[in-house]
Amino acid sequence: MNSVRAGLPTSLGCSRNRASSDGAYPELDRRANSSQPRQYAVARWLGFADEPFSSYGHKLPMRLAMLPSPESAAAFAAIFDTAGSFGSRAQHFCLAGIALFDQPSASLFAPHTTPARSIFDLSILVMVICGAIFVLVAGLLVFTLIRYRHRRGYTVREPAQIYGSTQVELSWTVIPILIVVVLFLATARVIFVTENAPKPASALDVVVIGHQYWWEFRYPKLGIVTANELHVPVSDPAQPTPTYLTMSSADTDHSFWVPRLGGKMDVLPNKVNTLWLDPDTAGLYLGQCAQYCGTQHAKMLLRVYADSPAAFASWVAEQHKPARQAPEGAEGRAVFQSNACVNCHTISGTSAAGRFGPDLSHVASRTTIASGAVRLNEENLHAFIDDPAHFKPGALMPAMHLNDHDLNAVTQYLMTLH
Amino acid sequence: MATQTQSTPDTGRNAALGRGVFDVLQEWITTVDHKRIGLLYIGYALVFLIVAGVEAILMRIQLVVPHNTFVSPQVFNRLFTMHGTTMVFFVGMPILFGFGNYLVPLMIGARDMAFPRLNAFSFWISAFGGVLLYFSYFAGSGLYGAGTAPDVGWFAYAPLTARVFSPGHSTDYWTLSIFLSGIGSIGTALNIVATTLCMRCPGMKLSRLPLLVWLYVVTSFLVFVAVSPLTAAQIMLLVDRYLGGHFFDTQAGGSAVLWMHFFWIFGHPEVYVLVLPAFAFANEIIPVFSRKAIFGYPAMVSASVAIGFISLSVWAHHMFTVGMGPGPNAFFTFATMVISVPTGIKIFNWLATLWGGNIHFTTPMIFSIAFLFQFLIAGLTGIILSVSPFDWQLGNSYFVVAHFHYVLVGAILFMIFAAFYYWYPKFTGRMLSDTLGKWHFWLFLIGFHLTFDFMHVPGMLGMPRRIYTYEADRGWTVWNVIVSSGALFQAVAVAIFAYNLVVSYFKGEKSGPDPWDAWTLEWSTSSPPPSYNFATIPTVESRRPLWDLKHPEEPDSYYE
Repeated sequence: MNSVRAGLPTSLGCSRNRASSDGAYPELDRRANSSQPRQYAVARWLGFADEPFSSYGHKLPMRLAMLPSPESAAAFAAIFDTAGSFGSRAQHFCLAGIALFDQPSASLFAPHTTPARSIFDLSILVMVICGAIFVLVAGLLVFTLIRYRHRRGYTVREPAQIYGSTQVELSWTVIPILIVVVLFLATARVIFVTENAPKPASALDVVVIGHQYWWEFRYPKLGIVTANELHVPVSDPAQPTPTYLTMSSADTDHSFWVPRLGGKMDVLPNKVNTLWLDPDTAGLYLGQCAQYCGTQHAKMLLRVYADSPAAFASWVAEQHKPARQAPEGAEGRAVFQSNACVNCHTISGTSAAGRFGPDLSHVASRTTIASGAVRLNEENLHAFIDDPAHFKPGALMPAMHLNDHDLNAVTQYLMTLH
Repeated sequence: MATQTQSTPDTGRNAALGRGVFDVLQEWITTVDHKRIGLLYIGYALVFLIVAGVEAILMRIQLVVPHNTFVSPQVFNRLFTMHGTTMVFFVGMPILFGFGNYLVPLMIGARDMAFPRLNAFSFWISAFGGVLLYFSYFAGSGLYGAGTAPDVGWFAYAPLTARVFSPGHSTDYWTLSIFLSGIGSIGTALNIVATTLCMRCPGMKLSRLPLLVWLYVVTSFLVFVAVSPLTAAQIMLLVDRYLGGHFFDTQAGGSAVLWMHFFWIFGHPEVYVLVLPAFAFANEIIPVFSRKAIFGYPAMVSASVAIGFISLSVWAHHMFTVGMGPGPNAFFTFATMVISVPTGIKIFNWLATLWGGNIHFTTPMIFSIAFLFQFLIAGLTGIILSVSPFDWQLGNSYFVVAHFHYVLVGAILFMIFAAFYYWYPKFTGRMLSDTLGKWHFWLFLIGFHLTFDFMHVPGMLGMPRRIYTYEADRGWTVWNVIVSSGALFQAVAVAIFAYNLVVSYFKGEKSGPDPWDAWTLEWSTSSPPPSYNFATIPTVESRRPLWDLKHPEEPDSYYE
């Protein structure tokens, strides 16, 4: 897993899956093998709950039917990989650069932080109460409709006219009030516990800035700036290291939402919001912008990596280094610096200091480009620089119209920035 | 042209017999008759219902598979903006005002609205608003090139509407069209309140008002309170865009949250503006086909008024995720949950009305029964969403989209269809075809449940609303296929309905004045009613004047 962070992004999908079966990810293994008491069988069957990929077998026919593209077919193969078959073939597919699709679901019934769990518990209570009310009232309604339906041979001209009954009406006023009070008290507890949680000194601070169609993540105390892929440490309940996100927007309204890590929080211009999360399990958590922010709202995806403390430390160390100045990237660097790229992008140690687009100092250490729209590899990067609208029509980065030589050079350069 | 047996010398149909098209057109355009204005509202809304329905279908085609390229992201964003704006402002409001316009004076024994010319003005200004909105397709970008429709979403959150993010004039068309329709809504609301307070026939005390009229009064008061802040916000937005204001200009210290407050203090009461008339229809239709008086009339009135008041204090439940802090979140959670109490009273009272009745499953009644089930579910998912921590997860996801479509389609549209089947005979003198009505009902019911039951699921799996496409690996695809397939059933059902409206107008069975053996005053006059409604102004002695006439041995007035 560390090797992924250190710069082998193309193998991420496979290595992550394999990690869950070769012991490199004991926490993931434990949860995958445990009975997962919070998740209900029905929820799992419907795909609400995350589960080890090997148990997807029974759903494969349906999933296969739904697969619309060769990429997904590869994902299908990648899923099978962990089930123990097709190993090398799936790996081949992964290395071909299409393993972006083997990720776990973003279901909110698979909570992995304290806030997400308390929301989940509350949601079960609410849904049970509402379900009970539904069964009762709908049952009564069905009974009434059958019992009092018009029958042939109904001889009485009109049924008895009943204009009301104070006692009965009082009862169906008071009982709902009592239910509302119970629900409100349970809700208020979760609101205050979550929003007023004291921030421990060991908390990690991250500044989240929403941009039209990408995320900027700044770690002020660590001196790190990155984009679209947030790395946070796993928090041990005994020694909690929650991550506190301080959020604002550079342009329009956005919303930070990673369902398995908790509720969403809007990312608004001229307003600062905070959200905290303490993932209990290492892994990748998916989410996306949840407030309509403009043309490419749909492809403002979010990837949160919860790292073990050691993995997080090594990621920090890597990100802390200035951008690489590899000899094979020298030509591309020159092209980059002599073009408009520098107006919008920052690469540490160069003249590029723009703030409008993502910081590219360690762009090649990320798994995806275009805010998670496509995985990072040379081919995609090349296409994206040539014309960002290829993957994200409406993205604010202009098509640079570099000639082939410059385009190749810049692509090559960016691929060296691990 | 079919012949009429009743003496209705000045309805549209007979007028068409001896006159040219332009004469008829002129009569309709210059009319101040509340019934014709009501029908104009309804016809206008039906046209927009088809338009916005087509927009919905285009969106569902786009979303049926991941990474679809059926429409571009820009077009998709315009589609959901236009679909939402059209359905709320140019379908929901006018169709409900149309029924109100037609029915309120008839039900209180009046000959017209209090201000007939204001009534005509209100309709035409609203209609102009809708036309202006769609004109943006041709002129939205003005001199910038090809036209575009607005793409800011129906609640048009700031600062996306600022000129820097929304150049051209598409947002201006959106703002102005809503501004104009707001003027029309306030005019009509004023008219309904004035009519109800001042034009009731002798004996029609407030405590004897048909529940439909009561609900229209509450709705109209809500329109006063709710539309005003919306209109104010539209003016502020125009000031921001063209006069250098900074209300919502976040780059210059303005507030995005301010817009949200302005919008939702309109937006949530607006939900009740739309749903209370649906309750109004149910209050008339369910008793008639249960053959029983409405159960607990005073409680129903009180619950409606309570809903009106409480609905003014729940708006920020649309904003649980904007970072208001725990205090406001708790307050708005409580206020929102409390509104379920009067709403629950209504459901239970309808249930009690059915209880012990003699239930006839006519087409309007089966739509009403479906409404009861669906409104129950919509209310329960509403309670789920009022639990603000759960809303932090579900807010702005497809769960929310499913929830409010359950209200808008499952409750309101079903009741609108019920109202069509119920009052069409009064409007035209002919019954809508029952066979086509049953086809319409079952196909629409299947389509509705396929679409909106299963739409809850992708929301719970993390699918946000307003995305033009989605990733293949999230497990959302299968649900989107089901949701989209339902749209097909709904489209066919609505086509059958439209066909029924046209065919029955010419070939429908003649209805006579009172085809349902009903009890309110509109059924005491001919179908369609003459322009003066009643040859002599009726006098009433109870809530069900026609019941009293039909059962002189046991009139309601003995018991009230």
